[in-house]
This record gives sequence, structure tokens and C-alpha cells, in this order.
Amino acid sequence: MANLGVEHWVRIKNERIILDGEVIFSSEVDIARFLKASFKFLNIKYPKFHKMDRLSKLGFIASEIVLKNNNIDEETALVFSNNSSSLDSDQNYQESVKDFPSPSLFVYTLPNIVLGEISIRHQLKSENVFFIEDEFNANLLIDYSKQLIESKKANKVLCAWLNLHNDEYDVFLWLSSESHKKEASEEQIRKIYDADYD
Amino acid sequence: MPIMTDLHTELKASIIEQLNLEDMEVSDIENDEPLFGDGLGLDSIDALELIVLLEKDYGIKLTDPKKGREIFESINKMADFIEANRTK
Repeated sequence: MANLGVEHWVRIKNERIILDGEVIFSSEVDIARFLKASFKFLNIKYPKFHKMDRLSKLGFIASEIVLKNNNIDEETALVFSNNSSSLDSDQNYQESVKDFPSPSLFVYTLPNIVLGEISIRHQLKSENVFFIEDEFNANLLIDYSKQLIESKKANKVLCAWLNLHNDEYDVFLWLSSESHKKEASEEQIRKIYDADYD
Repeated sequence: MPIMTDLHTELKASIIEQLNLEDMEVSDIENDEPLFGDGLGLDSIDALELIVLLEKDYGIKLTDPKKGREIFESINKMADFIEANRTK
């Protein structure tokens, strides 16, 4: 089996963005303002961001930070997972149905739409998958990534736990490849996910 | 001198709000500017939102979505269509 490493990783939780262990941004505000402030922090022009649902915004920001100084090719795969699927957008859409169903909310009522948004942004034409799991399952993401790399379907894999429920967000995204600085064993990945970074 | 009515201003404000055109103001949209393509760069989902906007705000039910291409060409075209067909 291929030995995968972590090139870079990002955590977005509790009003903070942590890149490779260092807090790079924090803003103690509600999720809507946090997302807006985080996007401003990225200092990029991408009007489509403002039309995305909140799950996609979280995934977009996380991937933007990790991929900023990394060369990736169009084969870079996306292996994501979460617990709440697209529930946040599903509920918003359901609310709009009482009045006039909103087409722009409807298009985000699937968790894998964020994969499309990231693929469009980085022009990826790669394998992608979005698993719904009870909780963060490092093993699943690592094993699936290994399979993709061993079967030559990708050279690099962007893995993520991207959860949003009741305005609480929990994001852990990392870029995985065979050329590694740090071994991405289940234990290592779990350790990064569980750390507090205070 | 271009004609600027309250309806034109109202439409621009509604479009900015409904389509989440962040960082854009009413004064940024020209009355005869194309809304799709090179103009505001709206997409097909935005077109559906505009159909909903017509029904919700002006009581106009667009039965043939193909007509949208003509109606949503610019703010001027939209305003003319609304004036001629509004039920509220």
C-alpha cells in the first residue's frame, strides 16, 4: 500500500482558522459574519462565493488556504465526509418552500455540491466522493485516498471532514500525496483533528 | 438623459439582494447593460430566481421560461415588461 503524507492541513472551528498548527485568522462573530470575514481575509475576487451555501463557503475557504501555495494538477482528487450532509441548506430550502421555493437554495441541497464548487475554482477534472459518516473517520478517508493513488487515478488527494450543523462548523482539510513531509497515518490525522491549538 | 424611475431603482435593489450580488450597488448597474453574459454575469439559476421575483413582487407568472431571454435582457426591458403586465 502507498505511504501517504500530509503536505498541508487546515482546521476551521470555533471562529478560528488554523494552518499547519498556527492560527492564521480569528474573528469571534456568528457564522455568517465569520464566513464573510474569512473570505475578505483570503483577499481574492470571486463573486460566486457570495452565492454559495454555507457548507460550500466553508469548503471553499479551507481548500483555498491549503491550495494557495501548492501546485496541484487537474487530477487531484477530492475525498470529503461529514455527519450532517447538506442539512443546513435543506432546512433553508424547506423554509423557502412555504413562500416561493428558491432555485438558488435548491441547487445546494446535496452535500457534494461543494466538491463541484472547488473543482470549478481549481479546474479539477478528477475523482470525487462525499461520505456521510456518524463521526470523523480518518481511516475511511486515508484508505480511499490510498486506493485512488495506487490505482493511478490521482497523484494528490484533498481530504476533508466538513461538517456544519446548527450554526456550528467543524472543518479539517488536508492535502495528501505520496511525497510527504509528515506521515498521514490514522493516528497522526486523528491527533491533528483532536488537538486544541490554544 | 436616461429615464430612471423608482421601478428601475427598486428592480436593481431587488436583484442585488435576491441574487446575492455582494459588493455591488444600485448605481453600479446601468439601465441598458446586459444582465447575462458580459454584463452582470448572471447564470441560469439566477434566471430562475428572476422568474420567482417577477411572480413574488409583481404578480406576473411567466408561463414560457423562454420569454425570459428577452425580458431579462436589461433593467430597461424588465421594467417595461413589468409596467405592462404587473398585477400588484
